[in-house]
Amino acid sequence: MEIPIETFRLANGLLVTLSEDHTAPIVAVNVWYHVGSANERPGRTGFAHLFEHMLFQGSADVAANEHFEIVQRAGGTLNGSTWLDRTNYFETVPSHHFETALWLEANRMGQLLPAMTQDKLNGQRDVVKNERRWSVDNQPYGTWWERLPALCFPPEHPFHHSLIGSMDDLTAATLDDVKHFFSTFYTPANAVLSIAGDVERGDARALVDRHFGGIPRGATPPPLPDMTLPATFGGWRREVVPDDGMLPRLMIAFRSPTFASPTYYAAHVCAAIFGMRKGSRLHRNLIRDRQIASDAQAFTFDLSIGADLLVLDVTARQTVSAEMLEAEVAREVDQMVATGVSDAEVERAVALIQTDYTRAMQSAGERADRLSQFATYFGDPGLVNRQLDRYRAVTAADVNGFVHERLGADNRASLVFVPRGHRPGDDAHDGS
Amino acid sequence: MSASTNPSAPASTRHRPIPGPARPYAFPAFERARLENDLSVLVAPVTKLPLVTVTALIEAGCVCDPPGRYGLAQLTARLLLEGTTVSDGADLAERFEHLGASVEAHADWDVAAITMTVMSDQLTAAFEIFAEMLHLPAFPTREVARLKDERQAELLQIRAEPRGLAEEVFLRHVYEPTSRFAHPEGGDDTSVGAITRHDVTEFYATRAVPESTTLIFAGDIAPEAAFRLVRRNFGDWSGPSPSRASTGDAPASGSRAVIIAPKAGAPQSELRIGHVGLPRSHPDYFAVVVMNSVLGGLFNSRINLNLREAHAYTYGAFSSFDWRRQAGPFVVSTAVRTDATPAAIREVFSEIDRIRAEAIGDDELSLATSYLSGVFPIRFETTAAIAAALSSLVVYRLPSEYFDTYRNRVMAVTEADVLAAAQTHLHPERMQTVAVGDPSEIRAPLEALGFGPVVEDNGAAAHARLGTISPPVA
Repeated sequence: MEIPIETFRLANGLLVTLSEDHTAPIVAVNVWYHVGSANERPGRTGFAHLFEHMLFQGSADVAANEHFEIVQRAGGTLNGSTWLDRTNYFETVPSHHFETALWLEANRMGQLLPAMTQDKLNGQRDVVKNERRWSVDNQPYGTWWERLPALCFPPEHPFHHSLIGSMDDLTAATLDDVKHFFSTFYTPANAVLSIAGDVERGDARALVDRHFGGIPRGATPPPLPDMTLPATFGGWRREVVPDDGMLPRLMIAFRSPTFASPTYYAAHVCAAIFGMRKGSRLHRNLIRDRQIASDAQAFTFDLSIGADLLVLDVTARQTVSAEMLEAEVAREVDQMVATGVSDAEVERAVALIQTDYTRAMQSAGERADRLSQFATYFGDPGLVNRQLDRYRAVTAADVNGFVHERLGADNRASLVFVPRGHRPGDDAHDGS
Repeated sequence: MSASTNPSAPASTRHRPIPGPARPYAFPAFERARLENDLSVLVAPVTKLPLVTVTALIEAGCVCDPPGRYGLAQLTARLLLEGTTVSDGADLAERFEHLGASVEAHADWDVAAITMTVMSDQLTAAFEIFAEMLHLPAFPTREVARLKDERQAELLQIRAEPRGLAEEVFLRHVYEPTSRFAHPEGGDDTSVGAITRHDVTEFYATRAVPESTTLIFAGDIAPEAAFRLVRRNFGDWSGPSPSRASTGDAPASGSRAVIIAPKAGAPQSELRIGHVGLPRSHPDYFAVVVMNSVLGGLFNSRINLNLREAHAYTYGAFSSFDWRRQAGPFVVSTAVRTDATPAAIREVFSEIDRIRAEAIGDDELSLATSYLSGVFPIRFETTAAIAAALSSLVVYRLPSEYFDTYRNRVMAVTEADVLAAAQTHLHPERMQTVAVGDPSEIRAPLEALGFGPVVEDNGAAAHARLGTISPPVA
């Protein structure tokens, strides 16, 4: 599978990628800003995400919430999201509304600040506090979002602190912070615009020029501090958390190679061997055979700088204690370190990854988002077309090299959720 | 990569562009066939990428669960993935996954659906395994016991989670107890505990027969090729036609009430406000869909703009009608700051009163209809989405041209239709309000609110405690 890709850069530094596809009269417009929670200053945790909310509060020529109104009236879908190292904004619209989508993104990239008011900030701050209650504070295991990065990255590291932010820091955010953050990070040269779908290249290019060409380049954002980390944690970290969840749950993380780096693919295949679908090791051994777990998955954070995390996420069965769960998962990891993975396991994982990747690429929004991802991180959206080859090239020896280097006892971080009231030694499992 | 060739673009573009004409779109054409054994087949060839999604739709939904065995339909569907007479569960998973096939099986209220997506060059091999799974399920005793236990674990998790708990309590107070809809789709501790392997084999043998099954293909396959595959793998299948199942959908109560499911110390109240809705086949369907978009379906709907943007009580608030063959629920869903609980409920009721009292504006009507009509092609980008759309034709017995007329029918809805739909299908006088929250904070203000008597429901939480096999040691 190869999608057509054209890439150009405007004089103000905006990188633009374009992928034509006329199978349906729809087009996705997707903007990534190379800024995330990692760029927040001390005392302002959660600000990158709060700021994302402010981008839906209007701009010079768009009223508060009118962005939603315009896109939905056009028959489009839209949203935005914030991650540790990037923030994205996206809409998919019927293709005759393409220029409207461009205009909306350009208007807020170029002229956000005239629309910003204290009232709007107050409102969105309260909305985000409710989002925090909803996704973290009033949700079983919900604190994993902030506990796991805190456990895995050193306190001074930009990935250490909470993405959703503390209530105090959200309260402290000011309109001046909004202005400063915007002028520092929301510049064309710090952004990527991707377009996928039913547009003609020539027309699209002219429209991009018209709407984005006049936005001033702005200053270059300050670089992040050196985020390099050793290949391993240098030990086995562990945090035990009493929680509202009714079953013990273990998240065990390993420091792993950054997203799309040469050894990332072996790490990702390793994650799939552990936790992707019913034929994976955790499912087969812990859920089906030994009946230790009720749920199991594995994933990578896909961080592009510093270090990534590979996480095994396993929830116990009713009769299994947190201690037993942890021992059984560790046994699975040790087993892989001791005897490695087989060719057949790699083939299964790669076959599933290939199907999933192809499924995702059916959607214009997904295409545009991946173009933005590779353009933002590596300046090369063409990497979208190279991903399946990279996965297919992974051998059992590659995975075993990763396993040997990264899954040892010197590179583990366990976050253990224990149902409130549970005491060590409650184990009712008979081990049969 | 190159630099921009047009540095002379205007400095700013202040005016909103005017869109040109919409480009044509048609829902993918599809073909139907019926085998000699009465098995139905639908095929939508879509050649964008080399993928195919196959769905087997079986008349074996949760409404078929016998009394005392609620959860049987869902357990049976899940057990299809746990082994055949020639391949145990681990081996079956391995055979599918080695081909890159992802397979899921579940039962919703009306039907069971087993769906596989695979690269088209692996379809022939994967479809043979798919057929084996449906023809020769083993339902191994060990896996029956394991999946029953996993359902018990799932119930514990659902009930510890405010959203899951709110939904269970809401349905229990909306439907009369004899309705299947009053109880969780997957069953509860008692009903799932009572299910035997014999129940499963009997259920499957009775329900999964050609006449009550439809095979749906969407993706990179020609209709003739799909029909050939089906004839080869399902031509010999046979079985007597089963009885049609249905359930009562009557409300539990004719008057409104406020139900608190206690969660001490909760920083938010998880709210569900609603009542029994209407069946999918109701002639008011399009008017109700448009009405709901305005009330609470869109981001810029009245309820979300009120609770989120105007008052900042919540991260989000929306309303929905759950469409089933029989009347599914209408429900407003949100989670609000604990101290805003009564005010948020009052705002929801006031929005429901308002949409019943006066016609919506032209602006709101056109927002809803142009959204529903415009978003139509975006809903069908993937083979899985097209297969799901074809499934809905089968489940709700919609005509073949349904998707071709959909946009015109949406655009034909008027302000008067919306007002009539609100007055006919929203019933504030029998609205049930469920709040999962801290009773010490919200009970007194909810009593003062006057939206019905306030009661506490500890039912699900009590079950959850009973279900814990290792209780805390004092």
